[in-house]
Amino acid sequence: MTRKLVTGNSAAAWGARLAGVDYIPAFPITPQTEIIEDLAAWIDRGEMDARLVTLESEHSMITAAGSAASSGVRAFTATSSQGLLYGMEMIYTVAGWRTPFVLVNVSRGLASPITLESDHNDIMAARDSGFVQIHCATCQEIADGVLLAYRLAEHPQVRVPAIVNLDGFYLSFTREPVDLADASKARAFVGEYDPENLQFRGNSPLSQAMAVLGGGPYSYFRYQAHLALQQALAVYDEIADEFAEIFGRRYQMIDCYRMEDAEYVFVMLGSFSTKARDAVDSLRAAGWKTGLLRPRLFRPFPQAQIRQLLQGRRAVAVIDQNISMGMGGVLHSEFTSALYGTGDAPLVASYIGGLGGRNISQQEFFAIANELEQAYEEGAAPPPRLLYTEEELTEMRKLQAIAQAEHAQIHHN
Amino acid sequence: MFRIRFHGRGGQGMKTASRILGSAFFLAGYEVQDAPRYGAERRGAPIFAYVRADHCAINERGIIRHPDLVVVADDTLVGMPAAGVTEGVNENTLLLINSHESARTWARRLNTRARILILTAMDEVEDRAELPYIGSRCAAAAAVLCGVISRDLLLAALNEELAHLPDEVVKKNRDTAVDVFENMAGEVGLVSQGGQQTANDYVRPAWITLPFESAEISNLAVHAGATSVLVRTGLWRTMRPVIDYDKCNGCWWICSTYCPDGTIDVGADGFPQIDYQHCKGCLVCVAQCPPHAIASISEQLAREQENEVAS
Repeated sequence: MTRKLVTGNSAAAWGARLAGVDYIPAFPITPQTEIIEDLAAWIDRGEMDARLVTLESEHSMITAAGSAASSGVRAFTATSSQGLLYGMEMIYTVAGWRTPFVLVNVSRGLASPITLESDHNDIMAARDSGFVQIHCATCQEIADGVLLAYRLAEHPQVRVPAIVNLDGFYLSFTREPVDLADASKARAFVGEYDPENLQFRGNSPLSQAMAVLGGGPYSYFRYQAHLALQQALAVYDEIADEFAEIFGRRYQMIDCYRMEDAEYVFVMLGSFSTKARDAVDSLRAAGWKTGLLRPRLFRPFPQAQIRQLLQGRRAVAVIDQNISMGMGGVLHSEFTSALYGTGDAPLVASYIGGLGGRNISQQEFFAIANELEQAYEEGAAPPPRLLYTEEELTEMRKLQAIAQAEHAQIHHN
Repeated sequence: MFRIRFHGRGGQGMKTASRILGSAFFLAGYEVQDAPRYGAERRGAPIFAYVRADHCAINERGIIRHPDLVVVADDTLVGMPAAGVTEGVNENTLLLINSHESARTWARRLNTRARILILTAMDEVEDRAELPYIGSRCAAAAAVLCGVISRDLLLAALNEELAHLPDEVVKKNRDTAVDVFENMAGEVGLVSQGGQQTANDYVRPAWITLPFESAEISNLAVHAGATSVLVRTGLWRTMRPVIDYDKCNGCWWICSTYCPDGTIDVGADGFPQIDYQHCKGCLVCVAQCPPHAIASISEQLAREQENEVAS
């Protein structure tokens, strides 16, 4: 193994290279483009034996990835934000084809207003598509996550496409030390892609994804996809164990940090969770029993494990880096739903933070812990809170004053 | 943890500087995080990059808010709010400025309690976006000031990060770095590492509950026209196009039409005028003008001359 400094984007490209992918349909978008640039450079220099094709859109790109997987080749692709949304029709469609491939999504907030910086609303839009979702917090997890994702996606009991998600900027352009798996060990771990009955061949035409009317057949296929994702839960542990044996890094489907005796728990997805690790350490040093729970596997959603891990805790702060308009944080809804009706469930508080790459400061984690303690003492969760300061609103007011100056003048006249 | 921020202009190699320093820390056995900050970056625009280094895994992420060391490759950025050079700088910060002016002058000008050191500026160059080897100079200077990276490790990191460049270019960068190590021998280890925020004693964030506001206020429409005029993109310019009106044949349309930013207006007299508040210095007009009536001059020198005239 070689430990070297690589960006999150480069780690994703390394994952694809080490998985021995055959085909890469591509379309550029910030902050993802470095991934396909790295792969293209390796293919150009003859360091990687694969074919990279630039398509005219993400819609075609995802179609191409699904089709290629149907014909028996290992496919890889990557996108972000608006690109993922542009390809969304095909995200749902190829998942229904039950063709395994891996798509890396570099999370970036959605328009409008448009931004380049990260949050999770893009990946949440693919939540119900039938893709497996693995969320990464470090560059190491990205390189390893791609290998795990191929194993999981191609497993005969699962066989659905998978998304590996990483945060734009915070991981995509950030170099960290990464242990790159030995190439032959990685290939042996991922194995050969056995497409089973997905062998589309020119000389033996097949048809799939036909129209079904009447609801009965439709329900059958849709529910089967749901059951396949549930299978992925059990299969994931097996694969993660095997990975740990070979590479020495264990990736539980839920990453727990100092949870053993934690009374107050932060729940987060992705790279912002490492900030919470620091906060947990500081809070513990100050005498607060806090911990961090981070689902690595978001689809399928490890409900039973979450229930088990959170039972008996005093209070939980779910910090969502996304917002479902008219409802609130998506992760918060999922956690309250997982915990509802279980005895001894903790209070669950909702925080929205980190939208459009907005920082979450250590002071904010401390203040959240403080609110959790208060909630526990009062026996009720506080109302949902957007992490937003007076200073931020003042800055916003300045921008509005500039934007509306003329408007006010017209109205005045 | 060491927290270092490099500030420069697009083209000066601040991302490379952060990578050289990051790799050097890594070779010295540190855990490292380095990243450039991208935005509306381009040649000449203010950019920054940062490095964190520690003996344990680094959980802190994103922009460094309270740097231990700020390295400024281009002193014209210091007074520019958009560049954010002095953001989060306090009495524990060391500020290293590549400048012809003295530390005392900067301390007075910035009215700061931060310690200021001068990285003696080399001779002025025509195009500041091409300050030669400034990335390697800044990386080497940061390495000296942190005090835990040997010259040989810095050179090894430099070789790694510049491996794609021709040998003679790498050699000049190496020589530059060696010079810095020699000239700054008295300044080894001046950077003090900042600590971690503690939960015992912290300022509670001034959270507010965002009030509902009607769509008239909260929609995204910009009512005031030409608000982008307030963004003075002329600050990005390192080279300035200057019209020689003796040569201009008053064609009235070529330079103004080709200008990608619409910063050249033609007056009633049929002669063009350049809006220097917004001209980014791309020099397309210089290339297009048929009678070669537009020349490019160094922005830095032009400003110095203007200052002389003014005083």
